[in-house]
Amino acid sequence: MAASARAQVISLYRSMLSASKKFPSYNYRTYALRRVRDAFRANRNIEDPKTVARLMTEGQQTLALIQRQVTIGKMFESQKIVVEG
Amino acid sequence: MTALKNAVKGQGKIYNEPRPLYMDFQATTPMDPRVLDAMLPYQVNYYGNPHSRTHAYGWESESAMETARKQQVADLIGADPREIIFTSGATESNNMAIKGVARFYQAKKRHVITTQTEHKCVLDSCRVLESEGFSITYLPVQTNGLLDLELLEASIRPDTSLLSVMTINNEIGVRQPIEEIGQICRSKGVFFHTDAAQAVGKIPLNVTDCKIDLMSISGHKIYGPKGVGALYVRRRPRVRMEPIQNGGGQERGLRSGTVPTPLAVGLGAACSIAQHEMEYDHNRVSMLANRLVQKIMAGLPDVIMNGDPVRRYPGCVNLSFAYVEGESLLMALKDVALSSGSACTSASLEPSYVLRAIGADEDLAHSSIRFGIGRFTTEEEVDYTAEKCIHQVSRLREMSPLWEMVQEGIDLKSIKWTQH
Repeated sequence: MAASARAQVISLYRSMLSASKKFPSYNYRTYALRRVRDAFRANRNIEDPKTVARLMTEGQQTLALIQRQVTIGKMFESQKIVVEG
Repeated sequence: MTALKNAVKGQGKIYNEPRPLYMDFQATTPMDPRVLDAMLPYQVNYYGNPHSRTHAYGWESESAMETARKQQVADLIGADPREIIFTSGATESNNMAIKGVARFYQAKKRHVITTQTEHKCVLDSCRVLESEGFSITYLPVQTNGLLDLELLEASIRPDTSLLSVMTINNEIGVRQPIEEIGQICRSKGVFFHTDAAQAVGKIPLNVTDCKIDLMSISGHKIYGPKGVGALYVRRRPRVRMEPIQNGGGQERGLRSGTVPTPLAVGLGAACSIAQHEMEYDHNRVSMLANRLVQKIMAGLPDVIMNGDPVRRYPGCVNLSFAYVEGESLLMALKDVALSSGSACTSASLEPSYVLRAIGADEDLAHSSIRFGIGRFTTEEEVDYTAEKCIHQVSRLREMSPLWEMVQEGIDLKSIKWTQH
C-alpha cells in the first residue's frame, strides 16, 4: 500500500534533515538544516497535488545533492571552527 | 570506506587548532554546495570546449554555457542573453567597460565621470585613460557615502561618454541611487556603467528599470566560483566598445578566449540560486546585521557606523571604534576572519580611501573594522563576534592613555602635542 502523501512528505523531510546533519562543514551543515526546515515550513499549506508532486521531486533531487556534497566534504575535511566547541 | 579514509587529504594541518569563523563576505564568499554540484560534471566528464562546433563534447559544453548565460545570469538582471559577456571577473569587466567604451567614442568624447569611492580597478582604469589624454572627473561623496545628484548632473559635459558608479560599496555597504542616476544619464545621452559586484543577486536589480548600459558581475561575491564574472552590455540603444582582449572572436568579439564552461556553469548556478533565495537571504542577513550592531553598540560607547544607516546593504557593516587602533583590534580578534577595509588595500597601512572620501576623521579611519554577513552566517557566529569585539575593544581601551584622558574629560583635539 502506497504511503499517503503526507507520510511521504514527512519521510522526505526526515531524510533531508538526517543527510544535512552529516555535512562536516559547520556553515554548510547549519545552513542545510535551517533551509530545509524553513522550506518545508513555508510550503506546509500547499494542497494542489501537482504542486506537491513537483516540490517532492525537487526535494528528492536536493536530497541527492546533499548526499553528494556531504561525501565530498568528508573527502576534503578540515578543522572545526571556533564556535563549534 | 577504509580506502576512502586513506585517500582523505589531510593537507598537513594541525588538526587541533580550530579555524577562525568567517565574517568577511565582501572579500569573497564560500561556494554554495549547489554551485559546486552543478560545476563538477563539467570538471570531470563534460570537458569539451564550448566553441568546438563539430562534436558532442563541444555541443554539450556550449549548451551548458548558453543555459548559464540565458536562464541564469540574464534572467537575474532582466537582460537579453546576447547582452551577457563572460569574463574572468568584475575587475576584467570594469576594465573592459571603462577603457573599451571610452576608447571607442574618443574621437568626439573625451570625458569620463566616476566617484572617489569606486573600486581600485575602476580608479586605476580611469588613471590609465588620463594618461591617454582623457579628462576624468572624480565625484566626491557626502559624509553618508551617497552621491549628490545635482553635482553629478552638473558635472556632465557635452563630451562625456561614460559615467561609472558602483551600486553597493564593498567597504561601507552604501547603496547609491541607481535608478535616479540612470535616469539622469539617459536624459543626457551618457552611458551608465555600474560595478554591481556586491549587489547582483542580493538586491533586485533590473537593467531596464534602472537604465543601466553596462554592468559588472562577479562570481565569487555571490557564492559562485572565483575566476569568473560577466559584463552586461546593452544592445538597445547600442553600446559599442573596443575589445581589450583580442583573438578568435568569442563572446561577440568583445572578449576572445575559450569560455571556461565549468566556471560559467558555476556563475549561472550561483545567479539562479541567488534569484530564488534573494528574499530569504535578505531577511536573514538584515536580522543578523541588526543583531550584531545592537549588541556591539549596547556593549560599547563611542562606536560609529560608517555610511548611510538606511540606504545600504545590511550585510556590510563598517564600524569605527574610537580610541582603538584597527590593526591591533583585528589581531586581538584572531578567532574571527575580518578586515579593516577592502582586501585589495589590506597590504598597505594607509587608511582606506573610501573612509577618507566620506570625511571620516583620520584617527577614526584607522579604527574601522568591516563585518561581512552572508548566507551561511549563524546567530552563534554573530553573538561570538559581538562578545569578542566588546571584550577586546574594552581591553584595548583600558590600555590606552588617550582613553584615560577622554574619561577625565579632556578634549583630545585641544591637546598640543610636543615634539621630542
